[in-house]
Amino acid sequence: MSWAQSAFPWIGHVVANYNYWIVIVLMMTGFYVLISRGNLIKKLVGLNVFQTSVFLMYITMGKITGGTAPILGSHGEPVPGVLYSNPLPHVLILTAIVVGVATTSVGLALAVRIKEAYGTVEEDEINALDAEADS
Amino acid sequence: MREELVLRLAAKMMAPFILVFGLYVHFHGDYSPGGGFQAGVILAAAFVMLSLVFGLDAVQRALPLWFVRSCAALGVLVYAGVGFAAMALGANFLGYDALASDPEKGQHLGILLVEAGVVITVFGVMTTAFYVFADRGRRKS
Amino acid sequence: MTQHLPVLQVVIPLVLAPLCVLVRHPRAAWALAALGSLCAFGIALDIVSTVLASGPLSYDVGDWAPPWGIEYRIDAVNAWILVIVSLVSTAVVFFARASVEREVEASRVALFYAAYLLCLSGLLGIAATGDVFNVFVFLEISSLSAYALIALGQDRRALAAAFRYLIMGSVGATFIVIGIGLMYATTGTLNMADLADRLPGVWHVRTIKVAYGFLAVGCFLKLALFPLHLWLPNAYTFAPSAVTAFMAATATKVAVYMLLRFFFTIFGAAFSFDVMNLDMVLMPLAVAAIFSMSFVAILQTNVKRLLAYSSVAQIGYMILGISFASVTGLTAAVLHLFNHALMKGALFMALGCVAYRIGSVHIDAMAGLGKRMPATMAAFVVGGLSLVGVPLTVGFVSKWYLILAALERGWWPLAVIVLITSVMALAYVWRVIEAAYFREFPGDRETREAPAALLVPTWALVVLNVYFGIDATRTVGVAERAAEILMGAAP
Repeated sequence: MSWAQSAFPWIGHVVANYNYWIVIVLMMTGFYVLISRGNLIKKLVGLNVFQTSVFLMYITMGKITGGTAPILGSHGEPVPGVLYSNPLPHVLILTAIVVGVATTSVGLALAVRIKEAYGTVEEDEINALDAEADS
Repeated sequence: MREELVLRLAAKMMAPFILVFGLYVHFHGDYSPGGGFQAGVILAAAFVMLSLVFGLDAVQRALPLWFVRSCAALGVLVYAGVGFAAMALGANFLGYDALASDPEKGQHLGILLVEAGVVITVFGVMTTAFYVFADRGRRKS
Repeated sequence: MTQHLPVLQVVIPLVLAPLCVLVRHPRAAWALAALGSLCAFGIALDIVSTVLASGPLSYDVGDWAPPWGIEYRIDAVNAWILVIVSLVSTAVVFFARASVEREVEASRVALFYAAYLLCLSGLLGIAATGDVFNVFVFLEISSLSAYALIALGQDRRALAAAFRYLIMGSVGATFIVIGIGLMYATTGTLNMADLADRLPGVWHVRTIKVAYGFLAVGCFLKLALFPLHLWLPNAYTFAPSAVTAFMAATATKVAVYMLLRFFFTIFGAAFSFDVMNLDMVLMPLAVAAIFSMSFVAILQTNVKRLLAYSSVAQIGYMILGISFASVTGLTAAVLHLFNHALMKGALFMALGCVAYRIGSVHIDAMAGLGKRMPATMAAFVVGGLSLVGVPLTVGFVSKWYLILAALERGWWPLAVIVLITSVMALAYVWRVIEAAYFREFPGDRETREAPAALLVPTWALVVLNVYFGIDATRTVGVAERAAEILMGAAP
């Protein structure tokens, strides 16, 4: 590994922060799918991947190497010698996950109704049908 | 899937265990990972599984749409009701300390009740969503 | 009891929403929605008078002390937003009873009001809370219910519009969560006041600058700043009339408030303008929004869409006021939040009256309506004049302060732009007036004046347009106080 580190000094940085790189790759993948696909369902999939990357960002942020779940001793005091992870980001993101589920659910419901009303879930076909109606 | 004996038996046997596990995740949520959201989804999953095996009509006879939809609304009222109860007892909104004579017991009771509201709502919403989506395609074709 | 008002403001509509689902009866659900709006409005008025008299209110939800617990913190800025949202909601809910019965299926009316109350509660929550993650939660409550409300429009294009809004809105909200997460990673706190204390110590950290960027783009998407406004025109055009009036007057306003909170209270004006050069981003976009959208509005034939584009242009005025980075500029922006809510609320409600009677808001369909529906069209004319900025209306007051702020900074070309675009506004308002008053009514149709149930709430907003246009001391006083707080000149 030492030759690799001297040839590519950034590699150590990447390995040390691999969690953030996963987040970035997922985020950009999701965002790209969301923008580039015309199919409404694929758009929702992209949105989900995009949101999931943010969930991962919060979760990895709260994790401390060697840390454990923050369950206190029987009298509410920290157990000596135990390293706790930060639970707050996890709790926050539980809320965001629920919001994500709700968003997906509303999005899919709309997609179903769009399919019934237009007969398609392709954005360009929907736009063409709308343009017809306008003219 | 009416002929698949294994599936039907397995679903029948698993459903009660899934329901009990959901309740465990809820009631044990303050000692171990768990809580209302997870418990609600697990409870809903039992009924989703049953509808996949026995058909939507059979499950809706036992658990009609109006009931799960009302659950979705009731849970929110339970949650807010705990908040108002705390307010009536002199604390701030959702201040669980006032719910029992001992603040620690109050916290315990408060979080359990609030999470019960979450269980009811999440169960209601997930089942309603499943019912509505599953019903939609059928009626059309 | 009074110390609980900040939380009751948000919780009362939130609790009435599930009750709407339970009662299922359209009229009963409407009564609950009206009750929720009235309560919210009453509480907001009480809060604003308390805040103006004795300073900010703070409420610890669950008795957890800030910065650990969620704090509801209300100063002059968000007290003002609470008044705007609840005032418009009250006017719209009385308008909605007849309008929604006509435009939404009877079986869905109860669910409509449930979504309406949730949306109201979300918007009030964004304004009331002092915790940045709570802002995101309420943002999603209001947005998700807004998608559902828009999708209830009669035209199938409402569905496509709602879907597009859902995609863009969710991206915006997710950007805001990313920004909040990065702020939390750097400072370890979510409380707004605590963040404001800690952020100056970490100004140089790149994470904070990235967080700022994400928050900026997220807010721009939510408030429909040109060129991120693409979700808005169709969503407003095809939503039910009552929803359009409510959303146009509140949703984007609350998003502007979010931007003000993040960039002025949390990051501070010094960071926003000296380090991040926010004004260099906001000003060109605002000018582009005002010009291009006013122009596009002139070309529209659907009057609802015309007003939707005009809304994007009007948001440009607010952003322009913010970009001056001065107390006068912010006064203009905060003042325009209120004034624009009044005028767009009145205009969209007048259009709702038109849609109620003739089922269309196409400019050709409105030919000759000046004689057939005189009260409705008179309301539209007064609202339109207010939009243009004619003296004795609220539009004049906001534009006056906007021009004052431009001249104060010595940027007279911007003052000229405001004047030119006012003429453009006159052009698109005139197209409707011309059709309504100077064209013949097609003889083959019978049309009567809209019912009083629709006219009374519409005219209530119209009267406020004129009242606060003549006596602006109260609104300007609050706006100045809010601007001073935002600039850090007053507590």
